[in-house]
Amino acid sequence: MEDCLSKKIEITVSEAEKRTGRNAMNMQETYTAYLIETRAVESQNEGQCSPVDSLWRRYSEFELLRNYLLVTFPHIVVPPLPEKRADFVWHKLSADNMDPDFVERRRIGLENFLLRVASHPVLCQDNIFYSFLTQEGGWKEMVNETGFQLKADSRLKALNATFRVKNPDKRFTELKHYSDELQSVISHLLRVRARVADRLYGVYKVHGNYGRVFSEWSAIEKEMGDGLQSAGHHMDVYAASIDDILEEEEHYADQLKEYLFYAEALRAVCRKHELMQYDLEMAAQDLTSKKQQCEELATGTVRTFSLKGMTSKLFGQENPEQREAKIKVLEEQIQEGEEQLKSKNLEGRDFVKSAWADIERFKEQKNHDLKEALISYAVMQISMCKKGIQVWTNAKECFSKM
Amino acid sequence: DASLAEANSFSPSMPTSPSSMINQYKFEEEPELRDLFITVDDPESHITAIETFITYRVVTKTSRSEFDSSEYEVRRRYQDFLWLKSKLEEAHPTLIIPPLPEKFIMKGMVERFNDEFIETRRKALHKFLNRIADHPTLTFNEDFKIFLTAQAWELSSHKKQGPGLLSRMGQTVRAVASSVRGGVKNRPEMFTEMNDYMETFSQKINVLDKIAHRIYKEEREYFNEMKEYGPIHTLWSASEEDIADSLKGVASCIDKCCKATEKRMAGLSENLLPIIHEYVLYSEILMGVLKRRDLIQGELDSKVDALASKRAEKDAITEEIGKLEDKVECANNALKADWERWKQNMQYDMRSAFTNVAENNLHYYEE
Repeated sequence: MEDCLSKKIEITVSEAEKRTGRNAMNMQETYTAYLIETRAVESQNEGQCSPVDSLWRRYSEFELLRNYLLVTFPHIVVPPLPEKRADFVWHKLSADNMDPDFVERRRIGLENFLLRVASHPVLCQDNIFYSFLTQEGGWKEMVNETGFQLKADSRLKALNATFRVKNPDKRFTELKHYSDELQSVISHLLRVRARVADRLYGVYKVHGNYGRVFSEWSAIEKEMGDGLQSAGHHMDVYAASIDDILEEEEHYADQLKEYLFYAEALRAVCRKHELMQYDLEMAAQDLTSKKQQCEELATGTVRTFSLKGMTSKLFGQENPEQREAKIKVLEEQIQEGEEQLKSKNLEGRDFVKSAWADIERFKEQKNHDLKEALISYAVMQISMCKKGIQVWTNAKECFSKM
Repeated sequence: DASLAEANSFSPSMPTSPSSMINQYKFEEEPELRDLFITVDDPESHITAIETFITYRVVTKTSRSEFDSSEYEVRRRYQDFLWLKSKLEEAHPTLIIPPLPEKFIMKGMVERFNDEFIETRRKALHKFLNRIADHPTLTFNEDFKIFLTAQAWELSSHKKQGPGLLSRMGQTVRAVASSVRGGVKNRPEMFTEMNDYMETFSQKINVLDKIAHRIYKEEREYFNEMKEYGPIHTLWSASEEDIADSLKGVASCIDKCCKATEKRMAGLSENLLPIIHEYVLYSEILMGVLKRRDLIQGELDSKVDALASKRAEKDAITEEIGKLEDKVECANNALKADWERWKQNMQYDMRSAFTNVAENNLHYYEE
């Protein structure tokens, strides 16, 4: 692995703080600021405690950073940010952005984002990224000065290209289908998981009602009293256990969400390819038509129907000097066009090559991460069942003593 | 006085120590020593011009000498069971007669006789007859014998004898009225304790009934969502290569969890729910029994009062009082004994029902 930033410095998003300030329209707003801490790794090996640098950033600055990366590295699958608003909530979770649990999960997501960028062989070398981590003041201005917003492709242009491109690379078409499928299946999965979690919560919590009734009932019983009372206690334990179980599951959901958003990043790369390919095709088409025009003027034959041809027939032909001048202009344009086409072709081939390299890297990362996530989910389920076995073994003992 | 004679089978002269009770209880439990076996099955629908109803087949096998034959097969409808229950209540006002399943189901009644309803009722009727057979006193009741053995026409002619429905209703109405009149003055403390116990027990068992039903409902909703959860993973595996197997693995595990949940739900609906429901009905029955005991005592008390004011008829009244005192004593003892028996049974039933639930949950998590 190349020398990634992640090997040289340790990055953490360690805290979150509520702030109030004034926004662009001079209205008061509340937002959360996150503390980014960085520390050089090398000096730690020498047994010295290296100093920690830190600065505060808010979510919108992370967004700005990511947009910059998207435009500057269109051939890279750029890691996604954690969700802007709480989605896929089930009844116990709050949809409020200020909710402490949501803020905590977002903090983890932002840290994850920075680590992903820092361990990417290409992205980690970017200066703007480095300054994001180290330079508190003036960073926004620095980013805007790069003028990256101007380089951004318009959505309309991209959409147009998607519909009209004739010969995109088959691999990218397949990749686009894959990312659509991935997005649809993961969001379906997350939605159902949220409903399952809701129901599971219900089952566990209702058992808690046993605790109170058993306790009250045990008061009037002589022989059954002890058994009932202690069984009730176990029912309370059972009901309470679901909170921790579901909290852990939220982390699993967040891991899946990351790949839900990664699907969008994949699609962005495909769109860029389509755009470049479309540009290329348009340029080639333009060149061909100019060459044809040139030929027609030179030989005097009109092979294709054109408005110009018709008007010249109606209003008389041009004289030889005019024709010569036109041909010269066209020949210049053709030469320019051919050079442009060559460089566009080169660009296109480079893009495909480097994009595909990153896509392969991404695929490996995705397979590894998802497999691990599935395994950890299975481990969670096993642990939940083990807890269940313990509680019900205890309850069974109490019941048999009734 | 037939009712007294039968109550005397558990007469006060017999030692009623707890240990002898337990022996009695064990005796009933051992199947080899049972001499009366009853099954209720084969529901059949009958359609007449006036009504549609269901009959159940009641098969009895016995080695008792009082029975002319060793095997009987008859058909009975729900009405017949109701008749038997009220005859038993009449004959043994302070014994705890087992509950019958309810007449109608409260909610969601689309068809009066859907299969699930009929099966639940059949099981409950089967339990009803067997509990009577196991009861040391009720098992020898004459009406019970007729119920098990008589052909349809014999039963209907027998039913027409004896006090009508109205007089029986009157008895219960009087019982309620007398308790409304501010309770019984000389109620022995034991029965006041019973009353207090039953009030609390009744409350708690009703709450338990609601909780158990709620748990069943939540488990069912959970099951419904889980059914959708597994297939999504299979769908996903179709788009993947490397992780396809892992995804398919997760899908099959989730499906297994689904099946385990189904088993767990079945355990609840077959075991815990019916038993709790039975005891909800029992608590109503017991309140009725206690009221009837109070009524009997009330009769005694009013005669005692009458004695105080009517010295002339002293002897006659004294004799009546003597009889009533016996009656009260028998009623009290019958109830006492039956109460102990009921509590033992209840304890046993609750213990096994909840232990069963715990075991089911264990199996569920193990799977």
